[in-house]
Amino acid sequence: MAAFVWLTILTALRILGRNRLRAGLTMLGIIIGVGAVIAMVSIGEGAKSAVKKQIATMGTNVIIIWPGVTTASGVRSAQGGAVTLTVADALDLKKKIPLLSDTGWSKRDVRQVVYGNRNWNAPINGISPSYLTIRDWSFSSGGPFTQADLESAARVALVGQTVVESLFEAGEEPVDAVIRINNVPFRIIGVLSPKGQSAQGSDQDDIIFIPFTTAERKVLGTLFLGSVGSVFASTDRADDLPEAVEQIREVMRARHRLQQEQPDDFTIRTQVDIGKIQEGTGHTLTIMLFAIASVSLLVGGIGIMNILLVSVTERTREIGVRMAVGAKRRHIVMQFLIEAMTLSLFGGALGIVFGLVGAKLTTIIAGWPTIISGDVIVIAFLFSLVVGLFFGLYPANKASRLNPIDALRYE
Amino acid sequence: MPLIVCEDIWKIYRIGDVEVPALRGLSLTIEQGEFVAIMGASGSGKSTLMNILGCLDQPTKGRYRLDGVEVEQLRHDRLAEIRNRQIGFVFQSFNLIPRTSALENAQLPLFYRGLSLKEQRAQAAAAIQRVGLSGREHHYPTQLSGGQQQRVAIARALVTSPSLLLADEPTGNLDTQSSREIMTILEGLNREGITVILVTHEADVAAYASREITIKDGLILSDRATKARSHEVGA
Repeated sequence: MAAFVWLTILTALRILGRNRLRAGLTMLGIIIGVGAVIAMVSIGEGAKSAVKKQIATMGTNVIIIWPGVTTASGVRSAQGGAVTLTVADALDLKKKIPLLSDTGWSKRDVRQVVYGNRNWNAPINGISPSYLTIRDWSFSSGGPFTQADLESAARVALVGQTVVESLFEAGEEPVDAVIRINNVPFRIIGVLSPKGQSAQGSDQDDIIFIPFTTAERKVLGTLFLGSVGSVFASTDRADDLPEAVEQIREVMRARHRLQQEQPDDFTIRTQVDIGKIQEGTGHTLTIMLFAIASVSLLVGGIGIMNILLVSVTERTREIGVRMAVGAKRRHIVMQFLIEAMTLSLFGGALGIVFGLVGAKLTTIIAGWPTIISGDVIVIAFLFSLVVGLFFGLYPANKASRLNPIDALRYE
Repeated sequence: MPLIVCEDIWKIYRIGDVEVPALRGLSLTIEQGEFVAIMGASGSGKSTLMNILGCLDQPTKGRYRLDGVEVEQLRHDRLAEIRNRQIGFVFQSFNLIPRTSALENAQLPLFYRGLSLKEQRAQAAAAIQRVGLSGREHHYPTQLSGGQQQRVAIARALVTSPSLLLADEPTGNLDTQSSREIMTILEGLNREGITVILVTHEADVAAYASREITIKDGLILSDRATKARSHEVGA
């Protein structure tokens, strides 16, 4: 049997070698299908890992609480605009929920920043010192402000890389420089290490941090003291996140005196949730790409079936001779199946090569990160094998059902 | 025990609603080692008889015993096995597989047995040598003359050491010289004990046989010994 299979493979290779153009055209569908799968999955995986890295820049085990109900349909309960998140909420959460390692808060708006004869419109974030640790910000020079700075509403600022680049000459030291935000002078005490793009695609380094109290009193203004834009919290372990979210919800509902039937007047998101949203987008893309690949593989499979049917007709006499000298039905079936699979495997192998080259070119030309996974290559290869097998079955079966006498007489 | 015993063989083709009998209750016995020529006009049923004898087709009615085995009820794959082990075919149009070397053509029946590749090659080479084509093992059919192609076909037929060799007008496409060579080879094989059944309508080809059966309208018209059986086996 082994000898038979081996010889049949050799025969198949020889026959395909004789009709190279025909075989190449037949394989085109498989090549495109498999190539598309490989290239697209590589790009998708690359994008996914980039997003993962971006989400990691948010901090570790971060929970974010926003005010208001952010429903997609836009229907909000008429709670009255005055009810928002406050510093007291953040402090109370930390006191009441031991799972939370820390809580912080921020208030954010864009203001003009001036240094010397340069100016820049930067998002100004008034924050609690804890915010910096929760979000994992580190410093390339200088250092953070303190609780004392917060309490005294000190005019100190931390600046991100983008801001530094916009306001300072290359090589100029920003620390201890005095900038004016909204015409209020601030001394820079720290330069933040760069974080790059956020998962949403915004530049995280285009930022200025100032103490929250300074922000609400001197820069951003406020409806009432202590109202914040968002509250941040973190847990020590990622596994604690769901439980922490539940407890935050309970405490917040109690603090905001919400009745049983009233919806939350805040939204809680964890880092994991945000990751999932991003993955969801990637997922839709992946499904679409797989649809395209499936169609190409289907077309490729039909191409293989078509060419095999032609081959069966062309070689009717040969089939008759083989039957006359003792080929059983399964021998004939196997011969054509092996031919089909040789075609599809060759196509698959070429497709893998094209896919890998395509992925590489995407990285080089478009600068998108790509990740080549061995799994996908194996799956693509197996898939082309299955396509060959499936679409080879009908022609192979047709060949094996020929009547030897008619086949021998076929002109 | 005779090699071939046919009893009351009928073969009826159905064309639409019309039944066309090709064989009409033909009975025939052929001993091991005979050299039989079957003659008859086209449409006489001789090809149908050859197909049945060669286990390529099965009779509509009647019994056919080949080497003691009732073959008329056997399934497709079992028939393939019998053809592979017992029967060698030589066709008028050679029926070699194109763009495949003489050696590989001769090897074809062994392809369907569980033999090792090496053994297949050796046996096929021996068969090629037996028909006098040593040195041309790697020629393609198109590189060989008609007579040489037919010799490859004979090598293919005898590579399995069959007990029965069926030749359907083996010289029909050949010139006189080649015909003589082919018939000499068949004669030699018969002398070695292989039963040869030959379909022809050329009298000088039929003259090589020791028994001549004429078929007409699906029945045997005449059946006569043409020369003394000089090499009967087990008689």
